[in-house]
Amino acid sequence: MKVTIDGISVEVEAGTSILNAARIIGGDIVPPAMCYYSKLEGSGGKCRTCLVKVSKGSEKDPRPMPKLVASCRTTVMDGMEVQNITSPEVIEARKGIVEMLLINHPLDCPICDQAGECDLQNLGYEHGAVKTRYEFDRRTFEKIDIGDKIQLHMTRCILCYRCVFTADQITNHREHGILNRGDHSEISTYIQKAVDNDFSGNVIDVCPVGALTDKTFRFKNRVWFTKPVEAHRDCNHENCKGKVTLWYKGEEVLRVTARKDIYGEVEDFICNECRFDKKKTADWVIEGPRKVSNQSVISSNHYDTMKPLPVVKSNPVLIEANQEQFERETRL
Amino acid sequence: MARKLLLEHINVPGINTFDVYRSKGGYAAVEKALKTMSSDDVVEEVKKSGLRGRGGAGFPTGMKWSFLAKPEGVARYLVCNADESEPGTFKDRYLMTYLPHLLIEGMIVASYALGAKTSYIYVRGEMMPQIRILERAIAEAKNKGFLGKNILGSGYDLELYVQPGGGAYICGEETALLESLEGKRGNPRIKPPFPAIAGLYGCPTVVNNVESIAAVVPIINEGGEEYAKVGIGRSTGTKLISAGGNVKNPGVYEIDLGLPVEDFLYSEEYCGGIANGKRLKAVVAGGSSVPILPANLFMKTITGEPRLMSYESLAEGGFVSGTMMGSGGFIAFDEDQCIVRNTWNFARFYHHESCGQCSPCREGTGWMEKVLHRLEYGHGKMSDMDLLVDVSKKIEGNTICPLGDAAAWPVASAIRHFRDEFEWHVTNGAEAVKRNYGIAHYADPLPKPEPAA
Repeated sequence: MKVTIDGISVEVEAGTSILNAARIIGGDIVPPAMCYYSKLEGSGGKCRTCLVKVSKGSEKDPRPMPKLVASCRTTVMDGMEVQNITSPEVIEARKGIVEMLLINHPLDCPICDQAGECDLQNLGYEHGAVKTRYEFDRRTFEKIDIGDKIQLHMTRCILCYRCVFTADQITNHREHGILNRGDHSEISTYIQKAVDNDFSGNVIDVCPVGALTDKTFRFKNRVWFTKPVEAHRDCNHENCKGKVTLWYKGEEVLRVTARKDIYGEVEDFICNECRFDKKKTADWVIEGPRKVSNQSVISSNHYDTMKPLPVVKSNPVLIEANQEQFERETRL
Repeated sequence: MARKLLLEHINVPGINTFDVYRSKGGYAAVEKALKTMSSDDVVEEVKKSGLRGRGGAGFPTGMKWSFLAKPEGVARYLVCNADESEPGTFKDRYLMTYLPHLLIEGMIVASYALGAKTSYIYVRGEMMPQIRILERAIAEAKNKGFLGKNILGSGYDLELYVQPGGGAYICGEETALLESLEGKRGNPRIKPPFPAIAGLYGCPTVVNNVESIAAVVPIINEGGEEYAKVGIGRSTGTKLISAGGNVKNPGVYEIDLGLPVEDFLYSEEYCGGIANGKRLKAVVAGGSSVPILPANLFMKTITGEPRLMSYESLAEGGFVSGTMMGSGGFIAFDEDQCIVRNTWNFARFYHHESCGQCSPCREGTGWMEKVLHRLEYGHGKMSDMDLLVDVSKKIEGNTICPLGDAAAWPVASAIRHFRDEFEWHVTNGAEAVKRNYGIAHYADPLPKPEPAA
């Protein structure tokens, strides 16, 4: 099936979502996604940051779709034409959604462990407005410990439901879920029950913000001072492949996470033993330094990787399609 | 007096019992459909009638039925949406209280048309009396052989269940209703797939409003073409309107679609005018989520035509100067009502009822409510109106389900039509908490449209 996103055509299999088709193309035209997680079935559609405009439904039925659609949950049709960064309507809607997401977010980035690898921070930086128009108190919650290894700071949560899907699909039973409704809704366990099973630590990795944090790493260091190194070990757990990223500060392993791709999604989920208990270099076989996107603050000092041009800026078709925007950016 | 199709026997004593209902010609539609018609005939008849969904969106019911997927070996379901929670709308509750058998008769015919062997009536949790009434009526119908195995010897089986909801507004959205019916948290699903393909338990499902299902009974009894003669244009048949607010005779009225709003509002047969001899200031024509209109724009369209109670006429002028039929929750406001307070009240409702699944609605409804609260209590700013319009635009159309739109429309339309009153709340903050703005120019005759050059 042929789908055209911002003037770039790509052949994809039937049943692919627009977002995944865009990820095949890569570069600037990939819509941001805060709630969609390709490894989790049924995720997506909730945060609305990935809204795109379908300017042509398909070859058979060329009518445009009446509303913006969530690209993570809309499957492509043959001949579909999609506008993402070339549509002012989409840019405007996305800006609005970033503002909405930040209404109740505490913006305590200076003391947040997620800072530097936070999806919401990146989203706000790339698509947000300079200041908010919200002038009221933000909703707050008490921090709670769910188990001895994970802390839940609900104030920061953007209710993406990723951790709920993770617990449903990756662990053998789920002990937390959404309570209440509307902007009072919160992720919680039933009467402060501990979340305790072999894969529960993965909720930390899937959390796009700093709502679920690793208690063994909390306030130890800022992520951009640590050095990510890929490593593996022979894990006994049947569902864990033992492939991780170790985050070093000097000689010390400060934390262990799963390996995340450029969209912040883990490649393989890891077990709690790997994550929380194996914090010595001797436990691991080191593979080499982890490649970090040049967009990320974690790679801030790696000058050699600074400027590989994204495909969008080298593709003549796209340059022409987005001429107006490029001119605007060069003016600034 | 126009003929009543749904509420014909509403005043017969004991019409809520099977025997009286039957003696008044009840269950004739079941007999006719099951004995003389195929299920496709029934669908065809409903299509011919031009019946449009009475729950709010006005989607043609026959069309909806014909979209139902019919894979082999998969159950199909009919679900009746009786989760009526729109502020201002109370027609379904009325129908269920006084004519439970009409709904059940409609359910049997509709289920037969769709080939559903199990059907559900999802009733809002607060309507406990109605749930009991329906349970009793179902038991009566079952005793008489109109439900259960082999109905009237036709070989058609149907089980009908009443399911109480938890009382959440969002569960009136069809996919949230299905989630709730399945026993899950009532979050709307992301469409597609639509319920007609994968609904209840992943099976093809049709969700219809109480009134739409009840309207199937006269359609079968009299024939679709006969039904389509009532009404005007594409708005066929009769509609229940629940009139409330400052009218002299509030209540549920059955009207022929196409009745002039002037007649509906001022004739003694219906609302009887505004209570206490006051003047009309504004009207919400179809339940809290439709755009509010000032009196002058409500009585006449922008082109000077008198407005009619029909889907098309109410929507004339689009969102600039029109409104919507919605679910028929007619609310009239007299000169003493404060539009800012009313808008805040609606916004508060939507803030409270937002499910919290998708971000624009979850955060935006709360934001609008807070700004409107500030305006109502005289602490607002002139920029608040533009802010509200912008926030409502950011919510509208960007959410999973129509609750976002429903929250945005009343706010946007109130500011569009009553901006002076909002501004007065800002400039005269201290006064605004003590008295209301009054009718101002909202009932003045519309300016003559300029002749086209």
